Amino acid sequence: MDWIAITSAIFLGAMMVFIFPRMRAAVKNSPKGNMQDWMGYIIPLAAVVAFIILLINMV
Amino acid sequence: MNDHNISISRSEESILATNKVLKNTYLLLSMVLIFSGIVAAVGMSMNLGHGAALVSSIVAIALMWFVLPRTANSSAGIPVLFAITGLFGLGLGPILNHYMAINPGIVSTALGGTGVIFLGLSGYALTTRKDFSFMGGFLMVGMLVVIGASLLNIFLQMPVLSLVSSAAVIMLMSGFILYETSSMIHNGETNYIMAAASLFLSILNLFQALLHILGAFGGDD
Repeated sequence: MDWIAITSAIFLGAMMVFIFPRMRAAVKNSPKGNMQDWMGYIIPLAAVVAFIILLINMV
Repeated sequence: MNDHNISISRSEESILATNKVLKNTYLLLSMVLIFSGIVAAVGMSMNLGHGAALVSSIVAIALMWFVLPRTANSSAGIPVLFAITGLFGLGLGPILNHYMAINPGIVSTALGGTGVIFLGLSGYALTTRKDFSFMGGFLMVGMLVVIGASLLNIFLQMPVLSLVSSAAVIMLMSGFILYETSSMIHNGETNYIMAAASLFLSILNLFQALLHILGAFGGDD
């Protein structure tokens, strides 16, 4: 394992430690979404996925 | 009657404040994207190695975590944001060189694709004016899982896990674009420097994940 892989692993581990308290706070404080709210995310996401499939076929 | 007038006046003030944040954010975002692109081109021409790219990205993340939040409420935040985006651009140089060597079409397709996805999602959030604040917890958990999977894959070296992580990053960054845009509309984010930094990071991650996926299906890995 070279120094780039070791540095990357340390860096990603540090990111997890840094993000974890923010994640807990976000989970605790975020309002709960209903089915309609989630559909508002799923529909544009489906469009993004379809667009990426189109891009993959273009390359 | 007076209460009604005060309410309309507050509502107008709120709309004006939101429009100002949106205008400043997109103006700053376009400037840092151009700057980052120029620095990435410099990084490509200098033929920087992956080690230099990693170091510049680590410095950029450190500035984003520890310096930007302290300077974002003053004019000092703007040069800090340019430094961060420049360092990220420099880190992008070796990655772009790698994909240019495989197929230059991958880079232009990923660039165009990222632009279309960003504009489409921003347009969607701005026109529907939906509140995506409910996604905050989901997006943060998703980020933690993706970082954990990336860390695990340094040791496992599984191409499939790497591709799945990139697909998850695209889903998460799409969510972050919706979340951040709606946050500006609904006055959750009033600082245009922080909003531009957050959108820049989403665009950068989206671009890198798209490069990886297109590279995998276009001759890489």
